[in-house]
Order: sequence, then C-alpha cells, then structure tokens
Amino acid sequence: MKPAPDVEKVRFDVRRGVVDRSSAELEINPFDLHALEAAVRIKESVGGIVTVISMAPSHAEPALRDALARGADRAILLSDRRFAGSDTLATSYTLASAIKKLGEFDLIICGEKSVDGDTGQVGPEVAEFLGIPHVSYVTEIKEVSNGFVTVASDFGVAYYLVRAELPALLSVTKEVNVPRKPKFKDLMKARKAEIEVWSADDLKDVLDLNRLGLEGSATRVVKAYYALEKGREGIKVKGDEGIRKIIDLLSSSGVI
Amino acid sequence: MSGEGVLVYAEYIEGMLHPVTYELIGKGRELISKLGGSVKAVIIGSGASGRAEELIHYGADEVYVYECSEGVALNTLLHKELLVSLIHEIKPKLVLYGATPWGRSLAPRVAAALRTGLTADCLDVYVTDDGSIVQVRPAFTGNIIAHIKTVTTPVMTTVRYKVFKPPKKAPSRNGKVIIREVPADGDIHHKEIEVLGKVREKEVNIADADVIVAGGKGLKRREDLKLLEELAELLGGVLAVSRPLVDAGWASKDRQVGFSGNVVKPRVYIACGISGSPQHLAGMKDSKVIIAVNIDPSASIAKYSDLFVVGDLYEVVPKLIEEIKRVRGKP
Ligand SMILES: Cc1cc2nc3c(=O)[nH]c(=O)nc-3n(C[C@H](O)[C@H](O)[C@H](O)COP(=O)(O)OP(=O)(O)OC[C@H]3O[C@@H](n4cnc5c(N)ncnc54)[C@H](O)[C@@H]3O)c2cc1C
Ligand SMILES: Nc1ncnc2c1ncn2[C@@H]1O[C@H](COP(=O)(O)O)[C@@H](O)[C@H]1O
Repeated sequence: MKPAPDVEKVRFDVRRGVVDRSSAELEINPFDLHALEAAVRIKESVGGIVTVISMAPSHAEPALRDALARGADRAILLSDRRFAGSDTLATSYTLASAIKKLGEFDLIICGEKSVDGDTGQVGPEVAEFLGIPHVSYVTEIKEVSNGFVTVASDFGVAYYLVRAELPALLSVTKEVNVPRKPKFKDLMKARKAEIEVWSADDLKDVLDLNRLGLEGSATRVVKAYYALEKGREGIKVKGDEGIRKIIDLLSSSGVI
Repeated sequence: MSGEGVLVYAEYIEGMLHPVTYELIGKGRELISKLGGSVKAVIIGSGASGRAEELIHYGADEVYVYECSEGVALNTLLHKELLVSLIHEIKPKLVLYGATPWGRSLAPRVAAALRTGLTADCLDVYVTDDGSIVQVRPAFTGNIIAHIKTVTTPVMTTVRYKVFKPPKKAPSRNGKVIIREVPADGDIHHKEIEVLGKVREKEVNIADADVIVAGGKGLKRREDLKLLEELAELLGGVLAVSRPLVDAGWASKDRQVGFSGNVVKPRVYIACGISGSPQHLAGMKDSKVIIAVNIDPSASIAKYSDLFVVGDLYEVVPKLIEEIKRVRGKP
C-alpha cells in the first residue's frame, strides 16, 4: 500500500515541473483501498491476518493508521533516508526484502497503480523478486482455496480466468470491490495502535544495501515539466453558432 | 551487459497481433539510425510462426519465433523466461513493449529478472546527441511529464498505443526468421499459473475508436445515454463515459475514459457534460480534436478543447443530430 498525495489537492511547481510535497498530506493511494478491502474480505471468509506494508517517509503514519481502521491487523512502515529516490526497481526490491523478513505468507495484494508513480510496475516486480506468480489487472477474485487463487483479469482484448498457485501476488483494479468506510470506533482504536517502523538496518540480513534508494535505482529523471498547462485554442461559442462550429470542425476533420 | 539495436516484443494474444507492435517496429527503425544495430522482434504463442513474415514487412530485420501449445500461450512466466534468455543471448540496447495491460504485466517481471530499469507508458523515446536513450512519460495522473534515462542495460520501455505512426507495410522486405523451441520444462509453469479460459470479450474497444462521444455527470438519467449513442453512431463512432457513470452502474468500465479507465486518442472527441478533471483529461487530452459541450462556461475542460460550446447538452445534442442529418441529406 502506497501512501500518496491527493492529486486534487497537491500543488505543482509549474515552472520546475516538480511536486510540492508539503502541499498535501499523504493518504492511501486510492487504488490500494481496493487491495486492502480485497484482503480484508478474504480474511473474513477464510481467516488469516492482514499485514500492510508501505515504503514512505515517516509522515505517512496516519495513512497506515487508516489502513488499520479499515481492517488490517498489522502495519509496517519502511522508512529510512536510504530508501529515498527509489525507482520501481529499488522500491520493489525493498518491499520484497521486507516481505521475506516477515516470513510466510499466502497472498500479496497491490493496487493497479499509484496516482503519483503511475506505473503499475511495483506489483509484478515484487513477485519476480520473490519468485512467485502474479496476475495484474484483476477485476474479480473468484476463489481462494486449496492452495490456489482464481481471478478474472483484464488482458486487454478480453477478460480471462486465471488460476495462480499460492503464494501469489495480485494487482487489483477498482472493479474488484467497493471499499467500505472505516467505523468511528475503529478509527479511534487505530489512533492508539502501534505502527512498526523498519529502517534499512532492520533489513540488513535480507537485502543488499547497495540496491536501495537512488543508488539502487536504474532510472533517473533528467527533466520534468507541468503537463496540464498547454491548453488548446478553446474557441468558446454559444447557441446555434455552436452547432455551426461543431459541424464545421467535424467536416474539416473528415468525420462528416 | 553492453547492447546493440532494438528488440520489439510483439504482443500476440489468441491469434491477434496488437497493432502497437507495428508502431514499435517503426519507432525501432527510426532509433537505430542513431543507436546502431538492427531491429529484432520476438513473438511467442500458438500460431506465432505464421505472423513472422508480417513483422518483417513492417520493418523487423530478424524475428525470433517461439511456437508453443495453446495451453501455455498466455502464461506470463513462460513469456518472461523466454524473453530473459533471449535478451541475455542477443543483448539489445533497447527493448520495447506496448503499454497494454498484457505488456504492463509482463515487462516489469522481465525488468526485475534482469535487474534493469523499466519506464512505463511512454509517449516518446528519443536518442540524444551523446547516444543515450531518453524516455518521455506522464506521471502524477498526467499532471507532470518526465524525461527519464536508464543507467542499466538494456533500457526497457512500455509505449502507449497510437503515439507512434505505424510504418507502411512493404511485402518485398526481406529478413530472417529464427524458429526457437520452447523448452519442454516450459510446462512446469502450468501449475504456478494457468489461464483457464476467456470470461468475456470487451463490450467495445474504445482505444481503437476514430470518433468518441463521451457523456459525464451532466446527464440526468441513464436513458439519456441513448441520445449520445445516437450521435456517436451517426458519426461512425462509439459511446464513452466519465468514471462517475461507471460507478453508478450506467455503463461498463470498458467505456470509461481516464486514468483508471482507458486512454484514447481518437480523431474527434466530443465531451458532453464532463467537467475536465485531471483524471479524465489523463485519458483523452491527446485526442486530435476535442469538442466540449458544457453548461458552465468556467468548466476546466474549456482549456483543453479546440471548441467549447457553452450550452445545455439536452438542447445542443438533439439539434446537432438534426443538423448532421440535414447536412448529410443534401445531395
Ligand atoms: C484515483 C482516481 C481515479 C479516477 N479515474 C477517473 C477516470 O479514469 N475517468 C474519469 O472520468 N474520472 C476519474 N476519476 C474521477 C474524477 O476525479 C472526476 O470525479 C470525474 O472525472 C468527474 O466526472 P464528470 O466530469 O462527468 O462529472 P462532474 O465533474 O460532476 O462534471 C459534470 C459537468 O457537467 C456539466 N453539466 C451539468 N449539466 C449539464 C447540461 N445539462 N448540459 C451540459 N453540461 C452540463 C457541469 O457544468 C459539469 O462541468 C478518478 C478519481 C480518482 C480519485
Ligand atoms: N512505496 C510503496 N510502498 C508500498 N506499496 C507500494 C509502493 N509503491 C507501490 N506500491 C504498490 O504497488 C502498486 C503499483 O504502484 P506503482 O508501480 O507505483 O504504480 C501500488 O498500487 C501499491 O500497491
């Protein structure tokens, strides 16, 4: 689960093409709410415990409390300056190492993508580092039993039924469920709950410290700019003139 | 691993070659003029050998074909393994995949296995004067455009469909087809991951549409989508929607445009009763011509439209339909 800024609230430094990270608090990446809900539902039907793992700066703690209020049993925040600047390769390596340290598990559920990173790569990369199968773009979890999970997945042209042997990793889309709202009493309880914070040193015996953060990353941003400023001509018209203009444009673009 | 040339992963699912493949081959040809090497393609699946020549006609110099049984044809783990060993063998400088659901599921696995960088959903790839590859992609729900360099080899990229022009097919082009055996132990993945069958086809494939008429929360009732559908049909296009209509159950996700839906790039996009949220814009702002109909002159979609008609869609759309019919009716 990735703590991410709310893209509606966050401010962009239009000139430098960077995000003003102080302008919005971190909340659970909206896609990951569906992942968490899926995990909680599986727990409710077949038992087990739900652990949430996030790699983020320490001010992401409230997002992890939110996850506890929404039904997670345990929350771990991977937070260390040495994790800063990670691309998807370093992020997934770090997350996979932390999962190894946690020990046995049956299922890892991720969101389809994050609203800031926006790659959808972290899930499959974690699965590769752990050597387990994965299914992306899961729109429905049909069954979890007898060591297998069966899901429907969007392959692009059509939806397919896929069965993966556990342990496995799923990346889920928003179609998979409607996340419920946390109850007030659970929110209150989560306020007092402990968030475990792990540093790079805590992972020393399961990872190579040279593969973390910027140093462990394979990609570098060389330039960035604000994309939404380049508007179009935007001729504004009203009434019947509008109809005429649409007709003109449709015929000049060869549609009619 | 140093590297040379470009490898294109041909997305081939159940007898269908994704058209992004041709675009990638075309881009590959353009890039090798600066990168050196050749354009190679790899195609995996049941019946794959039948498509190899076609890839050559579109510009590949060499095509690696992995023919396999239908049972494992859609096994991501098998595709990953074949790609990893091929990349070790031929050492490309750049590997291109389509930024389709399939490509975006497979490519990260290959990247992690090779411990190399992968840049998602690119809008462009270019080579600088010093010979390094730069990948251009949107981030932050389309708010930011970033230029990214990869410091490992090979450079791997998933590229959005319809951003590069498909090259012209040249049936006289020659190239080499290299048929490879799928190792027999390809079957061990059968247990780890197994595709049991198709659940259903997509209702429509709006990413391919030439004309899209999209409706948003400006619509008052589900039935009113018929009005927009009529306009779409008249223009040979398809109906699409903004996310709230999908959430309300008025339309299927297959018709949703935007960050959590489909990215589209039609010749004409007509947005009716859509405000233009960043999440919606992320899916359609690269359309060739954008027309918006909105009752609110200050709606933010105005800035992203070529033509912004201020008005009630319930008045504008019926009139427009009538007018199109009239214009068409003229001898
Ligand atoms: C993680 C995340 C992902 C998202 N992904 C997507 C996505 O993929 N696609 C998407 O669309 N949204 C997405 N959203 C939702 C997005 O933030 C907006 O809520 C949504 O796009 C708004 O849809 P809308 O423009 O139809 O509705 P509104 O913003 O409510 O706009 C309705 C518009 O209709 C106009 N109107 C009203 N009546 C009329 C009339 N009679 N005639 C003409 N105009 C009229 C109004 O002036 C208004 O501008 C996402 C949100 C999140 C948080
Ligand atoms: N820093 C992180 N900590 C925990 N989970 C993450 C992190 N980054 C990505 N993920 C997970 O991977 C998914 C895809 O993210 P991304 O590759 O950034 O688009 C997200 O929906 C999360 O489930």
